[in-house]
Amino acid sequence: MKPPMTINLSADICGIKLVNPTILPAGFLGTTKEILKRVANSGAGAVTIKSISSVARDGHKNPTVLMYEAGMLNAVGYSNPGVKAAANEFSNIGEIGVPVIASIIGTEADDFLKVIDGFGDLLSKSKDSSSRFSAIEIPLSCPHTPGFGTLAGQSTPEATSEIVSAVRKKCGLPLFVKLSPNVPDISKLAMVAQDAGADAITAVNTMGPGMVINIDAREPVLDFKVGGVSGAALRPIAVRCVFDIYKAVEIPIIGVGGISSGRDAIEMMMAGASTVGIGTAIYDRGIDVFKGVTDEMSDWMTNNGVGSLNEIIGAAHK
Amino acid sequence: MSEQIEMVKICKVIEEAESVRTFIFSHKMDFAPGQFIMVWIPRIDEKPFTVSYHTQEEFGITVFRLGEFTKRLYSMNVGDQIGVRGPYGNGFNVSGKACAIGGGVGMAAIVTLATERDDIVIVQGAKTAVSLLYRERFPNMVMFTDDGTEGRRGFPTDYLSQLQEKHKFEKIYTCGPEIMMKKVLDFCLSRGVQCEASLERYMKCGVGVCGQCVCDGFRVCTDGPVFSADVLSKINDFGRYSLSKSGKKVNV
Ligand SMILES: Cc1cc2nc3c(=O)[nH]c(=O)nc-3n(C[C@H](O)[C@H](O)[C@H](O)COP(=O)(O)OP(=O)(O)OC[C@H]3O[C@@H](n4cnc5c(N)ncnc54)[C@H](O)[C@@H]3O)c2cc1C
Ligand SMILES: Cc1cc2nc3c(=O)[nH]c(=O)nc-3n(C[C@H](O)[C@H](O)[C@H](O)COP(=O)(O)O)c2cc1C
Ligand code: FES
Repeated sequence: MKPPMTINLSADICGIKLVNPTILPAGFLGTTKEILKRVANSGAGAVTIKSISSVARDGHKNPTVLMYEAGMLNAVGYSNPGVKAAANEFSNIGEIGVPVIASIIGTEADDFLKVIDGFGDLLSKSKDSSSRFSAIEIPLSCPHTPGFGTLAGQSTPEATSEIVSAVRKKCGLPLFVKLSPNVPDISKLAMVAQDAGADAITAVNTMGPGMVINIDAREPVLDFKVGGVSGAALRPIAVRCVFDIYKAVEIPIIGVGGISSGRDAIEMMMAGASTVGIGTAIYDRGIDVFKGVTDEMSDWMTNNGVGSLNEIIGAAHK
Repeated sequence: MSEQIEMVKICKVIEEAESVRTFIFSHKMDFAPGQFIMVWIPRIDEKPFTVSYHTQEEFGITVFRLGEFTKRLYSMNVGDQIGVRGPYGNGFNVSGKACAIGGGVGMAAIVTLATERDDIVIVQGAKTAVSLLYRERFPNMVMFTDDGTEGRRGFPTDYLSQLQEKHKFEKIYTCGPEIMMKKVLDFCLSRGVQCEASLERYMKCGVGVCGQCVCDGFRVCTDGPVFSADVLSKINDFGRYSLSKSGKKVNV
């Protein structure tokens, strides 16, 4: 009999150490420190706060989230309490117990800088890593909020370069740039982000937007009518995006989109992701999905004689 | 019903009290007392409501006219259509000799308990006589009004010891203003009586993904809305904070 294998699930993204590669992506549950603690205790290797703007936003009216056969549509519209309240909420951030990523949003490059200012020491590289965010993420890719993301042209190479450079100059923490799958050439955009100073690419945000109409009401269900598509429907697209980006850039990739099992996570890593985001799957599998996915990864690795994640990252390219 | 929104027609409207109406739908629903549904009025909004009436063939919701959404809903008539999804959340655990204490429209969450078990003692607190709900459904209900215009004067929580001595409840259920529920919880903890309370928080997704309704590490929509005493006593936000529509922490 072979001796039992030791499986090492620890991951590294831009020098940030994770006990496992699963990450809570922006927009899921990240409203308070206490709920992020719960997500961390449920097995996530890192967590992301819900995207924060310089001033408070109520977001779109409900319905903002809807399930359909192949996933989820959402048009939350970036509701958030603004950076002042968020800085207060996330003080003592070390209590969360795992690395925390700050997702920040703005309409112009200047707005992003205001948010960074507003977070103060929480985004200061000189602070001890347990008393600040571990990284900063800028989504240039939301498909359903006027003034932001794709609706504001933030996913063009020009805007991406401008915003990434500005944030790069302002903040010394690892900088993740989150891209939309709805662009003609995602590898080009990833290269632009890398050249402008990004330390990692988060791929991808929701796709679309899509629309679901309730035929009995004769109305689109989402109040904003259209919303970003996530979940199972997005997975093959996200995998392809990560595969293309891996070929194009040197910096690591956080693969996000439709992951709901250990096999899905390994698939995303074989495409080239160093870590994986899990959002929509919380609906079906609950907050324990993080533990579930890591256990399933570990089982697959045991059965296949794979001892560490380095053996699978980018494996589909060989 | 399920995660998809279904359009249902109002088949009956009951005048409950001043500014409060119950709307009945002839539609089957799998439901446990304490669960809620999301109600959609196209182009207006979608908000959570407790199921306050439930039979094999029908269900109903009780609406207190408050702001824009409930004004619209309140003024609807037989034949009008709304969208519903759910039911969602965890309801009450029905067991033992019990009392259900409701305050204001929080009554809606506890009345379905009495349709499950007819030995439950129902206690209602209201501002004044014309605000009292469900009087015909539950003629034996113990009533309190703040101004003494009907039933006993004062809050139900002022008489908890008396009620407990008389009935020796094993469990007390409650839904209403948070300050009332907090008092009920504290009473139960001090007397070793089991307790379950149904919490209200601003909701958006209703299905546990958006983080809008959180209370400490719990999602009211999915982990609640009904919580037991051992959980409630650990929730620091209970009786203190909730998140506004933007996600800002505000006092309850
Ligand atoms: C689980 C649960 C069950 C509920 N059951 C009932 C019920 O059976 N009958 C009833 O009349 N009301 C019930 N409510 C409250 C009901 O959802 C609000 O009264 C209603 O949304 C008010 O909306 P409005 O536009 O009329 O008023 P607004 O002026 O918009 O709001 C008035 C107050 O209602 C609350 N509220 C507003 N929107 C929401 C929302 N999306 N989610 C939660 N609270 C909100 C807030 O505290 C707000 O301050 C329930 C709430 C929850 C969370
Ligand atoms: C309800 C909801 C809210 C979201 N909010 C944000 C957000 O605020 N910022 C962001 O960058 N991405 C947001 N996203 C996108 C997710 O972070 C993620 O990229 C996408 O859902 C794909 O992953 P999944 O299929 O695992 O959900 C949101 C997605 C959903 C479904
Ligand atoms: S309403 Fe979205 S998590 Fe509860």
